[in-house]
Amino acid sequence: MTPMQITFILIAALTLVSAVMAVTARRMMHAALWLIATLMGVAMIFATLQASFFAVVQVMVYVGAIAILILFAIMLTRRSTLEADQASLGRGWIINALAAVGVFAALVTAVWAWPAADTVLTELSRDAEQLAGLGQIIADPNGYAVPFEVSSVLLVAVLVGAIYLAVERKPQHGGRQ
Amino acid sequence: MDFLRDPIAFFTQWLQTTLLGWGLAEPAAQVVGFAIGAFMAATGAMLFVTVLIWAERKLIGRIQDRYGPNRVGPFGIFQSIADLVKIFIKEHIDPVGMDWLPFNLAPVLSVAAVLTMWVAIPFAVTIYGVDFNVGLLYLVAVGGLGELAIIMAGWGSNNKYALLGAFRAVGMFISYEVPMVITLLIPVMLTGSLSMNEIVRQQEVWYIVVSPLAALIFFITQVAEVGRSPFDLTEAESELVSGFNVEYSGLKFGMFYVADFLHAFTISLLFSALFLGGWRGPGAAEIPILGFIYFAIKSSLVYFLVILMRGSLPRFRVDHMMDFNWKLLTPISLVLVILTALALKLMAGLSLWVQIPVLLVLNGLVFVLAQQMITGFFRRRRPREVGDRSRPVARYSPPQSDAGSQG
Repeated sequence: MTPMQITFILIAALTLVSAVMAVTARRMMHAALWLIATLMGVAMIFATLQASFFAVVQVMVYVGAIAILILFAIMLTRRSTLEADQASLGRGWIINALAAVGVFAALVTAVWAWPAADTVLTELSRDAEQLAGLGQIIADPNGYAVPFEVSSVLLVAVLVGAIYLAVERKPQHGGRQ
Repeated sequence: MDFLRDPIAFFTQWLQTTLLGWGLAEPAAQVVGFAIGAFMAATGAMLFVTVLIWAERKLIGRIQDRYGPNRVGPFGIFQSIADLVKIFIKEHIDPVGMDWLPFNLAPVLSVAAVLTMWVAIPFAVTIYGVDFNVGLLYLVAVGGLGELAIIMAGWGSNNKYALLGAFRAVGMFISYEVPMVITLLIPVMLTGSLSMNEIVRQQEVWYIVVSPLAALIFFITQVAEVGRSPFDLTEAESELVSGFNVEYSGLKFGMFYVADFLHAFTISLLFSALFLGGWRGPGAAEIPILGFIYFAIKSSLVYFLVILMRGSLPRFRVDHMMDFNWKLLTPISLVLVILTALALKLMAGLSLWVQIPVLLVLNGLVFVLAQQMITGFFRRRRPREVGDRSRPVARYSPPQSDAGSQG
């Protein structure tokens, strides 16, 4: 085994173990912390694949923002922090497990059938060119400019919706009329 | 001679040849070299904190018209070492109902989040950990891990003050990350690279000269990221005891303390690397040790400014802090980034001597506009006074005249 393979096995084991713990943990808070460990593991896999941009963005967006939001949501809902001994797996866990296995099988067959999955990975030269290429293809009208803009419109819509839901409606003053 | 000119590269070279001479394979020798380098950098940084703490206490003392530490050693320079020994032998107290793993992981993660930032900072031409092509994003991402440590500390302590303190701290940190990341785009646009080494190398003119407003916003957000005064409401004693680290004692508290001071110095390093030209200076490209000295001087000046702010500014109120970020810094930085991008695109072919004055004028315009809008905003928002201004208790009563006392 090459050192790279050993590293990959260690990281994959860490990711999988923490993913299982995230599902089976009895406290919501612990589940969220294990989820963060899983996300860090995914970031490390990106790093071993020389996708430094995705590794860093994974940490910045998922661990730095989304995971913190999840932690906030858990801590602000009182019930989930107080009850230490919840049943982590609900009654329908067999159905859930079957669904998860089904999705996983579908993913594996899809990747198997994809011709590009057989490409042998080559060592990239470490320069900033790949990053510039990514930026250009996102901003290129013939590339991914439209999906990029559509996703940002979606995010803006989500933001507006969240503000609408959260805004404090002041009672109308009688004297204004 | 080569040793004096560039000691780190000399040492690395010597280590590699020695290890290869012992019969190690090339990758293994590199791994050993990196491990030794990381160990030395981390230990050096942690020991450097003792000096930082001494300097800060001394300076804060002078600001507050007292001596500061002056008993242990000349000028009290060994005070931190005495404190270190004391904190090492203190008892660890585990609060009732704590969550063991988060509680104990938090102090370690807190220091680690700051130390891993040092990897991507170029200290001189040849003295740096790794030259990431996404160095700046890496710094932002790793800095975010400190927030995770704070939330883990607040949660694990099983204490409502700790939890509230952690909420407040993390709420502030993620809010101030928004304008910070937006203003970081300006050095990136001026350089055309995310690599820290490249950003420093291309600063023919310091970026604080090209975009002073971006530098100002970045400095403010960085001070907020550290949670230093005037942003130290995360540890407001009268409201939260001392914030997320109430339940910690001994070395675990010491780790948070070290992380705090080290982070304060790290933001000075970042500011001087991004806006003050990093190691650049006369002769720094040829003689790396000279660049290291320039970088140290620039960072120390920025650090002095941080301490001066800590010693002289009062604490923000929590709603003012949020208003300041979301209603002021974020819009200004967005406008500034858009204008800078447009200006740079329009002046793409022109010389530096045309670009810089135009960018400066743009910065000045945005600043003046923001200034006008703030004054208008606060004039309208002045709270209505209820009741009488002259209250009976505090009213000035003139001394009784003789005639009055007789009557």
